Parts: sequence; C-alpha cells; structure tokens
Amino acid sequence: MRFNWDFKYIKMSKWFYTFSIIITLLGILSLSIFGLNYGVDFRSGSNVDVNLTKAVTQEQIQTLLDKKGIGKEVDYTPGKERFGIRFSQVLTDQQVNDFKTSFNKELDPKASFEVNTVDTEMAQELERNAIWAILLACVAIAAYISIRFEWRFAIAAIVSLLHDAFLVISIFSIFRLEVDLTFITAILTIVGFSINDTVVIFDRIRENLRFAKKKSRDDLEQVVDHSIAQTMTRSLATVFTVFIASLCLFIFGGESIRMFSLAMVIGLLFGAYSSIFIASPLWVALKGKQKSPATGGGAAKTAKS
Amino acid sequence: MKRILSFIVVVLITTGVMVGTSPGLLNSLKLGLDLKGGFEILYEAQPLEAGQSVTKQSLIQTAQSLERRINALGTTEPEVTTEGSDRIRVRLAGVSNEAEVRSMLKKPAELTFRSATAEDAKKPGQFSKIELRGNDFVENGAVVGFDQLNQPEISIKVKDKAKFAEITKRLLNKELAIFLDQELLSAPTVRGELTDGSASITGSYTRDEANKLADTINLGALPLKLTEKYSQSVGATLGQLSLDQTIRAGLIGSIIILVFMILMFRVPGLVASFCLIVHTWLVLAIFYFGGFVLTLPGIAAFVLGIGMAVDANIITYERIKEEIKTGKTIRSSVIAGSKASFRTVMDANVTTIIAAAVMFGLGTGSVRGFALVLIVDIVTSILTNIFFSRFLLNLLVKADAVKKPKYFGVKESDISAL
Repeated sequence: MRFNWDFKYIKMSKWFYTFSIIITLLGILSLSIFGLNYGVDFRSGSNVDVNLTKAVTQEQIQTLLDKKGIGKEVDYTPGKERFGIRFSQVLTDQQVNDFKTSFNKELDPKASFEVNTVDTEMAQELERNAIWAILLACVAIAAYISIRFEWRFAIAAIVSLLHDAFLVISIFSIFRLEVDLTFITAILTIVGFSINDTVVIFDRIRENLRFAKKKSRDDLEQVVDHSIAQTMTRSLATVFTVFIASLCLFIFGGESIRMFSLAMVIGLLFGAYSSIFIASPLWVALKGKQKSPATGGGAAKTAKS
Repeated sequence: MKRILSFIVVVLITTGVMVGTSPGLLNSLKLGLDLKGGFEILYEAQPLEAGQSVTKQSLIQTAQSLERRINALGTTEPEVTTEGSDRIRVRLAGVSNEAEVRSMLKKPAELTFRSATAEDAKKPGQFSKIELRGNDFVENGAVVGFDQLNQPEISIKVKDKAKFAEITKRLLNKELAIFLDQELLSAPTVRGELTDGSASITGSYTRDEANKLADTINLGALPLKLTEKYSQSVGATLGQLSLDQTIRAGLIGSIIILVFMILMFRVPGLVASFCLIVHTWLVLAIFYFGGFVLTLPGIAAFVLGIGMAVDANIITYERIKEEIKTGKTIRSSVIAGSKASFRTVMDANVTTIIAAAVMFGLGTGSVRGFALVLIVDIVTSILTNIFFSRFLLNLLVKADAVKKPKYFGVKESDISAL
C-alpha cells in the first residue's frame, strides 16, 4: 500500500469546521426539540425482553397484558427472536412473575426473559453521573496532555473529543436510537480512543517541530500537514482494526450490546476524523496566534519535554 | 542460530502454556449474571425511624444480613456489596428460584419489644413505644426450647443486660409486648426485673412454627429499610445466547484483525498476531486469578481491546517501516523505530487509562465491569504488545532471520537512496 498522503489539510480545515459546526447545530436542534430516546436505564419503568422460540405477535402480547391489567403505555420493539416490551410503569415482582408464568403458559413455553426495572430518581442520577464522568475524564486528560505537551495541545484535544462525544449523542438523538447505560460506556470509550488518536498525531507534530526551521504560520501548517501525512497509514490501520472489532460486535454480538457497538462504530469514525481535521487545525490556530519570538520559545519548550 | 533457537523455544513454551491452560481457564472463569442468567437488585437504604441517619456500619450490617438470608436458602454464591453511603447491590448469578429469593430478601422481619404509652392504655392491645429493636438482640441467639407444659418457646438474648434490666424494672407488672414486624407475638406481663439478659416468647406454637420463628429472628432484622431502585433479571437461556453471540463476534473480529496485521506488516505482523493471542490469554488469566466476574459489556470491552491492542504494534511497525524507507539497515531501523514510537504508545495508552479510571471511579455495576476490563486490557497490552513483541522481533532481527525490507511490508522501490 503506497499512497501519498500529502495534502494541505490545514488549508482545507474551514470546510471541515463548517461540516462539524453544521452537525453540531443539527445536534443541538434535535436535542432541544426531541431530546434523547432514553432506554429503561434513564427513564423510570420496566423493560421486559422476551427471547422467543416461536412466532408470537404483538397483538397476542397486548391481549395478555390487557388481561393482566398492565397493558397501558407500552412500547414494543418487535423482533423475530427477541421481543422488547417497555412499560412506563414500574412493575412489581408479582406482576413480572405473573406475566412470565402466563406468557410461558399461553404463548411460548420455552421463552426466556430479561427484566430491567429502574426507579425515576435512579435514572436521573445515572445521567448526572454520566455527564460528570465525561467532564472529569476531560479534565484529567487535559491535565495529562498539558504536562506531557503544552496547554494548546490540551485545548485542541479536549475540543476535538467533546466534539466526538457530542456528535455521537447528536446522531443518536437525530435518528432516535435508544440510549441506555452501555451508551455512556461507549461515549467514554470513544473519548479514550479519540484522545489516543489525537495524541499520536500531536506527538509527531511535536517531534517534527524540533527540526522545523522557520516559524511563520505557513511553516507551521506545513509541519502539521506533514505530520498528519506521516501518521496517516497508522491512523487508518488502527481505525480499521478497532472498527472491525466494533462492527463485528454490532453485527454478530448480542442484542443487549447492539446500541453500544453502534455508538462505538460512529464514534470511532468521528474520532479519527476529528483528530486530523479538527484537533490539528485548531492547534495551528492557537499556535499561530503567538507572536514570532514567543513561537520560537514555545517550540523550544516543547522540544525539551 | 542461538537466537533463532531461543525465539522458537520462547514461542513453543508460550504456546504450550496457553494450550495447556486455556480450557481450564475458560471453564473456571466467573461469568456475570447477564451471561449466566440471574438477577441483580440495587436497594436504597433508609433509616427505620425518621430523623435517624444511615451510618456506614448499619449499611454494612444490613448487607451482611442480606447475605445471610440468601445463604440460608442455599442457592448460589451471592455477591452483596455496599455502594456509596446508602446503597446495597445484590447480585445472584444462576438462580432458578428468583421469586423465592426476592421475597426472602425483602422481608424486614423486625423484632421489637414494645410497651404501652398512656395514650395506648385507653385501647387494650395497643403498644406504640418501642423499647428494644432487633439489633438489640444477640445474633443467632434465638433458641427453641420447651416450657413446663412442654409447649415450644423461643428464648432470645439481649446484648445490653443493663438496658433490659432497666426496662423490666420500669415496666414491672406491666405488659411488654413482642412484635415481629407489625404482628403481636405475645404480650407477657413483666413479673420481675430480668437481669440475666434473656427473655422468652411463648404462645401456642407448634414445633415447626416455633422453629420457623426462631429462624426468622436469627436471620436478623434488617437494621435499615430497603427500597428497590433498580433491578435486572436475565433468563439462563438468554444469557447463554448473549455469551455465544459475543464470543462469535469476538472470534470473527479477531481473525480479520490478525489477517490484516499479517498482510500489512508480514513478519512483524506475524509476531504481533502471536502477541495478541498471548495478550488475550493473559487477560483471561488475570480475570481468573483476580476472581473478577466477566460480564457482557466486559466481553465487549475485551473484543474492542483486541482492536486497540494492535495499535501499539501498528504505531511501532509503521515507524520501523519509515526508518527502513530512509535507507537504514533493518537492525538499526528496528531499534530506532521501537525507541521513537515508545513515547507515543505510552502517551496514547495513558490517556485511555485515564478515561477508563474515571469510568471505574464514577461508574456502577456494568460500567465498572467494562472499565475494569479496559484497564486490565491496556496494561497487559503494554506488556505483550510492546515489550514481548519487541523482544521477539529483536530476537528475529538479531539472528538475521529477517533481512529483506519486504519482510516488513516495505517495497525496495520505496527506500530512498542515501
């Protein structure tokens, strides 16, 4: 595989900024109008997943639920092997047991169940914790990058990872995909992965800066463009391997981690994209603002670390 | 020649150990309830009386009594953990009698000794002043005996003799009622000051009833009131299905990744593939020895980790390829490439560990499980995919076994002349 990856990445950055800003705005719009399609983990209620061994229709289940008096405000996610039933009320133990027994008796004797029940208060707390987790992870990562690199790298990296996390959340909102507890895990992994990707490119930029002679804005852009080109094969190879892993989980993995895998697949692509087209140009923008003598000083400082 | 030999020996021994231990490892791994079937409940604890607060000690006590209750039913290894300041998480994998266990857990079984207040005196049989609570009694102190009339009676012991003496002295010739929850068991009249700290419950019980009552008392009243906040229950077949599907996904993904590595990097790719297998085995071994429970998100993290673990190799090999392209010899390219890429690989891994550590610190339940796998995964990946892989590659290179650039996936035409 021999490609020439030398492009003027930084010069093209305004297009990518525009693209990202448009999706971000769409995301904000979608989030403020529709919000997220919360799964049972974040909404109070009960979720019953039935693993069917023979065909059962939604009508049959509805009839059964009506008979039990728990058929109100129910959402269905029909499937051939797996049928999801979402109750907005919290089912009691007795109701669940009663439902299971009669389902086995009347509809499918070999059906197997997965039942999740969450209290409202708990759901809100999970969401709060998730937001805290993402923010705390960002702060810790920013601190590490500031120590190992410099603050401009940290800012560029954090902006790009928040961008990744937000875009995945936006896409889930726009397409009404269900957000559950594993989604949070996926977002945090994306944060970890996206930063991993950014660090590799930044590392190369830092290294190349040592030998770069001039410090004008154009030279800076050239160094970054060249660094991106040098790490491109690696970026693509890594994205490919992690992408394959999450894609396999998405296609072949169990139903309960499907949304997790989907979030990972989307997040991965954004993670690789933002490291190149958002984080790097942003760093150039920040660095370019420096006055010339200071730029030299800054480069010397980074070279030392 | 010696180096080639040690390379072969190392590879053979590692393979031998892996092949020999893997079946045992896989069979004895602890699987979470989402893979084995079972249920998980998260309780929030509140004090029994308003105005009191939940202490760390009372929370631990409650967790212990929950564990005793489950053990009394003799089902499986329960996992009862406290979380934060007022939460208790109960996890039971592979239970069949879920309904029974759940109702047993919920039973408050609060034993109280009560006296009548002036207010109560107007209505006979009403006692509202609580003198002693379940936790005032000696644990496992309830014994079934027989009174003079050969009627079963349950004798219980009080922890604080002085307190009991004071109560019986104050209530001399008055009734001291014994309640289990809101049910009046008996209301004996205090005939004298009891200084030895023991009391007995009599009534017209059959032997069985008396035994059951003693058991309930012994299981202990929960020091705190529990409300279910979250529950998850998974049927055994469903768990097995998830396990099979995820493992299949993992296998397919891994094979594609291994083939990709070999196509892209040839000989080093082969070394990387071998290291990746060692990595997988090592993670399983750590899980086994650490007694960690493998959950569905855990396996997902594991599969994902395979994708991420090769990153260390990709970064290193790409770097080596670059060095070869500048015209260096294979040997010095490998040394320079490994050295230059090391810092990058560490920085990239540390940032991911930070994200995983935050997940572990703030997360609960399955999120924590996922984070733990991710951390174990990254740390072992550093061991196998950086150090072990470098060691193996060095053996090969120093033995001059890989002399041509094409073994590294570099075309001769790409090498710039010096």
